[in-house]
Amino acid sequence: MNWDIILSTTLKAAIGVETVWYALAAIGINIHFGYTGLLNFGQSAFLAVAGYGLAVTVTVIGLPFWIGIGVGLVAAVLLAFLLGIPTLRLRADYLAIVTIAAAEIVRLIFRSVEFKSVFGGSDGRRGFSQGFYEINPYAEGTYGFWPLSFNEREMWVLTVGWVLIAIACLIVFLLMKSPWGRVLKAIREDEDAVRSLGKNVFSYKMQSLILGGVLGCLGGFVYGLATGSVQPDIFGTETTFFAYTIVILGGAARVFGPVVGASIFWVLLVLVNGLLSGAVQSGVITFMDITQVGPFRFLLVGLGLILLLVYRPQGIFGDKRELAINAR
Amino acid sequence: MRRAVIAFTAFLGGLILLLTVPAHAAAPEQSLRGTLTFQGQPVNGVKIVVTTESGQPVQEVTSNAQGTWEVPIEEPGQYKVTLDAATLPQNMAIRGGNNQRAPTVYEGNPTTVLFALQAKAADGAATPDEGGGSAFWQRAAQLTFEGFNLGLIIALAALGLSLIYGTTGLTNFAHGELVTLGALLAYLVNVPFGLHIIPAAVIAVMLAGGIGYAQDRFFWGQLRRRGTGIIAAMIVSIGVALFMRYLFLILFGGETQAYAQYNAQAGLQLGPISATPKNLISMGIELIVLIAVGFALLRTRTGKAARAVADNPALAASSGINVDRIIRIIWTGGGAIAALAGVMLGLSQNLKFTMGQELLLLIFAGVTLGGLGTAFGALIGSIIVGLFIQVSTLWIPPELKNVGALAVLILVLLFRPQGILGRRERIG
Repeated sequence: MNWDIILSTTLKAAIGVETVWYALAAIGINIHFGYTGLLNFGQSAFLAVAGYGLAVTVTVIGLPFWIGIGVGLVAAVLLAFLLGIPTLRLRADYLAIVTIAAAEIVRLIFRSVEFKSVFGGSDGRRGFSQGFYEINPYAEGTYGFWPLSFNEREMWVLTVGWVLIAIACLIVFLLMKSPWGRVLKAIREDEDAVRSLGKNVFSYKMQSLILGGVLGCLGGFVYGLATGSVQPDIFGTETTFFAYTIVILGGAARVFGPVVGASIFWVLLVLVNGLLSGAVQSGVITFMDITQVGPFRFLLVGLGLILLLVYRPQGIFGDKRELAINAR
Repeated sequence: MRRAVIAFTAFLGGLILLLTVPAHAAAPEQSLRGTLTFQGQPVNGVKIVVTTESGQPVQEVTSNAQGTWEVPIEEPGQYKVTLDAATLPQNMAIRGGNNQRAPTVYEGNPTTVLFALQAKAADGAATPDEGGGSAFWQRAAQLTFEGFNLGLIIALAALGLSLIYGTTGLTNFAHGELVTLGALLAYLVNVPFGLHIIPAAVIAVMLAGGIGYAQDRFFWGQLRRRGTGIIAAMIVSIGVALFMRYLFLILFGGETQAYAQYNAQAGLQLGPISATPKNLISMGIELIVLIAVGFALLRTRTGKAARAVADNPALAASSGINVDRIIRIIWTGGGAIAALAGVMLGLSQNLKFTMGQELLLLIFAGVTLGGLGTAFGALIGSIIVGLFIQVSTLWIPPELKNVGALAVLILVLLFRPQGILGRRERIG
């Protein structure tokens, strides 16, 4: 078994690109679910419209990179309105079904042959990240020290990504301390009580949906820029479910919960992958072959999600009293 | 509770041992196909050439004794299909004269290519195509039939989901995996053990009923006893769905498979509709099961008790109904008919570990349209969803048909959130 590679990939996973974009998606879900009690199962659609907004603007229309980012952000806000207007008056379980359906609609349209000339079908779009790497301040070379070393492109993506995470966390921290944030938490606890105090619950929920969607959609940009491509199936419902697992693992309604959760989630996934692949290759494990290692990790995710909710719904840092989990 | 989780894990571990399925070669899910007939008789031995849009050859086939031909397609996209007119029998010609078609192949769907044949005129000139309107209605009839077929499958799965929701408040995201479970259990008995598909389906349905019972006895029932909230339970069901889905992937593999029997059947022509005998028989079975379940709900003591629990669990309990027993029966029955839906889906399409997951949102659409928690609403809603999905392909490309159904789901929630048969209550 190659311990060097296992150690290096695991350490890299703690701050790697996957961790960054999942953390951003999870920060958005934390605002929806953790603070407001909205069960938004369509988070992947926010990432998708942002990533595709950027990709299509740059590759199909041929506009510069910054306009692409703007288009992506506007698309996320529009999606929040489209999603929110019909659904935010509904009960939690209806909201969950509608948002998951909306996310599927978005994904199916992006991968359709009908719109292949715009969205690129199931292959997606590539070749839109040049503008981003042109302003890369890192000179060519390898940065960091063993076992944590990245090339200049990874360094640039990670720097931007972690700065975005820091800004997002700061926004969440400041907002949730403010009177506005207290109204959100009050909606989570008892919507009717808030309404009876004269607050416009629908409007607050909509603001929460937009804010969480926009912060989450940054994850779509990070994914697109880091890999240089977007594909529809990356933004499937499972992405949303993994982000939920991350939020619950780290602790819902905690500022750093999603970030720590994402880090632990990916460290565990990469570590289990490394250990199992190594064990299979060296013949220690014989009941599995190498292609079954990948699915096995995600099987463990499902099991982990069940066990977390049964034994520790507040996750690592959460507070049991601050959970929307026993609401109607 | 710890016991419950251990038992559940052990039970799923047992499944691993059960399902050691060998992998077969993958078959592409999409294809180009057609049937050549002349004056009601199949035309044999006609050469069909399929190329890509740019002219790269894909495959050459000849029509068989039933007049049908099929070419599996790896990549969805635009293709060119050419009928070699020289291989046609002497007395026939292609109506309209054009022997080339340019169909679009969508992912996961067979695309039918039409070559209408007619008697060759003495001077060799082809008469122009007439009767485009009747072709539209023929397609509409065919799609209505297919939609009814799909709707019945959705209804089978939706019945269990809706009753479980009505009695326990659980929105079960793992219900699609129960559908897959049934299909794969039948495959396990059918292909590796070599039993014919009909007894295999019976065994699979019984096993799945037992698994449904065990799920409630050892898992969901224990969670209810702990007072797990409905949102927590919903997220737990997502965990269960992920767990089962990847378990299927590990054991079954990512390829598409088919049952050993009833793979390709010659179609019967019933008026404007062409259907395979297996389609008609499975629709018959589905209808019988649905009517039987409906009858049981309306007339038997257990059925009445089930409806009472769905209406108001506390009131049902106080009038002497054993609520836990009823819920267990519903889980058993719901698991069994979801498995039946899986087998039927496997017969009409192919088997894949994501087949139930792909159906789940359509099940939700059917259930929501009919009214969450109502048994008969789920039936009506599902059939409407099935019909809508298929008939809408008259106007929209087939790959987007589910988009239409999901959009309707959202519209229903916007204007009549309680569904067709749901009671008016506060759901906002």
